[in-house]
Amino acid sequence: MIRGYEISHLLAGVMLVTSFALLYQERIAAVLKTFAAQSVALALAVAWAAYTQDRSELFITALIALCLKGIVIPVALYRMVVRLGIHREVEKVVGVGIALMVGLALTGLAQALLLKVVQGTAGHAREDLALALAIVLLGFLMMILRRNAVTQVVGFMSMENGLILAATGARGMPLVVEVSVAFSVLIALFVFAVFVFRIRERFDTIDIEALDRMRGDAR
Amino acid sequence: MHTYQIVVLVPYVAALVLVAIPGYRVGAIVNVLASAVTFAAGLWLIDGGRTVGPYAIVDEFNIVFIVINTLVGFTTSIFSASYIGHEIKTGRLSPGFVRFYHAMFQAMMGSMNVALVANNIGLIWVGLELATLITVVMVGLYRTPQAIEAAWKYFILASVGISLAFFGTILIYLAGQPALGEGVPAMTWSLLQGVAAKMDPAILDLAFIFLLIGYGTKIGLAPLHAWLPDAHAEGPTPISAVLSGLLLNVALYALLRFKMLIAGQPAALNPGPVMIVMGLVSLIFAAFMLYQRRDIKRLFAYSSIEHMGLMVFAFGMGGPLANFAGLLHMAMHSLTKSGIFFSVGHIAQAKGTQRIAEITGLSDTHPRLAIAFALAVLAISGMPPFGVFTSEFLILTTTFAREPWLALLPAFGLLVGFGALLMRLQGTILGVPTGPTHRVDASFVPIVLHLALVLAAGVFLPAMLVAWFQRAAELLG
Repeated sequence: MIRGYEISHLLAGVMLVTSFALLYQERIAAVLKTFAAQSVALALAVAWAAYTQDRSELFITALIALCLKGIVIPVALYRMVVRLGIHREVEKVVGVGIALMVGLALTGLAQALLLKVVQGTAGHAREDLALALAIVLLGFLMMILRRNAVTQVVGFMSMENGLILAATGARGMPLVVEVSVAFSVLIALFVFAVFVFRIRERFDTIDIEALDRMRGDAR
Repeated sequence: MHTYQIVVLVPYVAALVLVAIPGYRVGAIVNVLASAVTFAAGLWLIDGGRTVGPYAIVDEFNIVFIVINTLVGFTTSIFSASYIGHEIKTGRLSPGFVRFYHAMFQAMMGSMNVALVANNIGLIWVGLELATLITVVMVGLYRTPQAIEAAWKYFILASVGISLAFFGTILIYLAGQPALGEGVPAMTWSLLQGVAAKMDPAILDLAFIFLLIGYGTKIGLAPLHAWLPDAHAEGPTPISAVLSGLLLNVALYALLRFKMLIAGQPAALNPGPVMIVMGLVSLIFAAFMLYQRRDIKRLFAYSSIEHMGLMVFAFGMGGPLANFAGLLHMAMHSLTKSGIFFSVGHIAQAKGTQRIAEITGLSDTHPRLAIAFALAVLAISGMPPFGVFTSEFLILTTTFAREPWLALLPAFGLLVGFGALLMRLQGTILGVPTGPTHRVDASFVPIVLHLALVLAAGVFLPAMLVAWFQRAAELLG
């Protein structure tokens, strides 16, 4: 007999694995597909939480995650990449091996911190929370290690996925916050879209490297 | 309808109205009017009733912030009207962008007010995040490569800060859940404060670290400050004034609310020493960075980091007197720094550049502007008789009374910063004028008003104001 928390751990684990996959994908198309997979896993995890915690309003959050982050945003970003003719390879700051090792260390850190500290709270919420923190930290790592506007967007949204997972893991956290997270992703996407297009207007490439050359204050 | 609802709703309604107004002159007038109404409502709050509801709270502590917020919002809207007029004339901004700018300005003011009156820790976060995202767009308004780079950097660092703060918020909710049950009560700040003693200290420790780094990024504390100088330098100057004078304060406010919460659990870590260290690092680091600046707006951005560091230091010291000094310094810094940005905005328009080396001899070419700027710089560097001197003096003396050796560090940082401002800015005011100059129709009302308030606070602090700030400082514990 499979228990409820095992399913939720499984789904959170799938999300963590996709976070690792995001660290080493070479092509933008693959990065976007992996992100879509992560968002689908998030939608399932939120839906499962809605079912087990008997909170029907969480199904809305799951639906938002599935439609927007699982389908609309990856497709839109991919079409943009194609239309703008951005080069499809992703430049990396460090090699795959080092990136994965750092990712592993961050995951270990998240587990050590939360499993040790959060002891009082009921049941398996803290394990979900530890996985969620690992996903958030890996999202940071991706934003740091991949110097490309599109992959930084994806890193940011993967971080938001971790946050939504954490918020649903905390039992009974009001929907207000979940809606606001979804909302913030929308705004973030709007902001990013504006930037990506403006960057395109001004530069030939969409690499952040090109921006780094434009320093306002000579040092 | 309570007055705080006016403070929140008027800016948002005005934002919707401003979207529909195509003319930039009418837009600027509506912007000023809406800010004036909000400010009047903010002032009304001082005398009006206190309230604690499930979503909103009005107590002595946040009224101080709301009044400063709405006051500087009002004066900035006046400055913005003349600033934007010049930008339209020189063709740096098109009327369409200005329409967008006005609507966003009001939406940003509304979001900051939401964060300030919220009694729900999630709502505080939402308000601050909305205000930040709006300023990101505003920083990129000029669409130059530098502006886009600044906005991008701001966005990346701010979103990292936002996420960490959100994780900290979830942890606070988890800590409050056993005592308050599931749902909205465990996110209500006033209820959480009531049960703070029953919360798990280990979770509170972890939560405070996340909140400190998350909101500390917004305050501009030293290792996390990288976005701040760029964002100040590249955006329109009214936005720099609002960023330095207000948004940093709102982030500090959020952090202080959580500090009050954690202080209720004696077994949890003491936020004081952590804040003292981060404040001192920011203060001294920024003071030294001032020497190398070549861009005038960047220079004052670093000066903001310096002063935010001093405030965090004062609040970290804690106790009624240090908190009082910290609140006073916050008010004085907001008024002075936004006044400086008002004058810097007009100076940059007059000389057509922001490079300090190319801005020379203002006293010859623009005497009135030069006098206003010189007075504002003297005020911010802590010269008597201005109010910044009073608050800095109070912070140093209270520290000296309790930890004599510790007081040396902020005193050293302030001296270094003072020297830097004097060295970098002498030439801009007194030197021999070079380069082209343009005529600007500067609006002196906001600058003079701010300087007069700072001067008045330095010469004579009314007993009523002192009593009000003391009550707020006591709440801070």
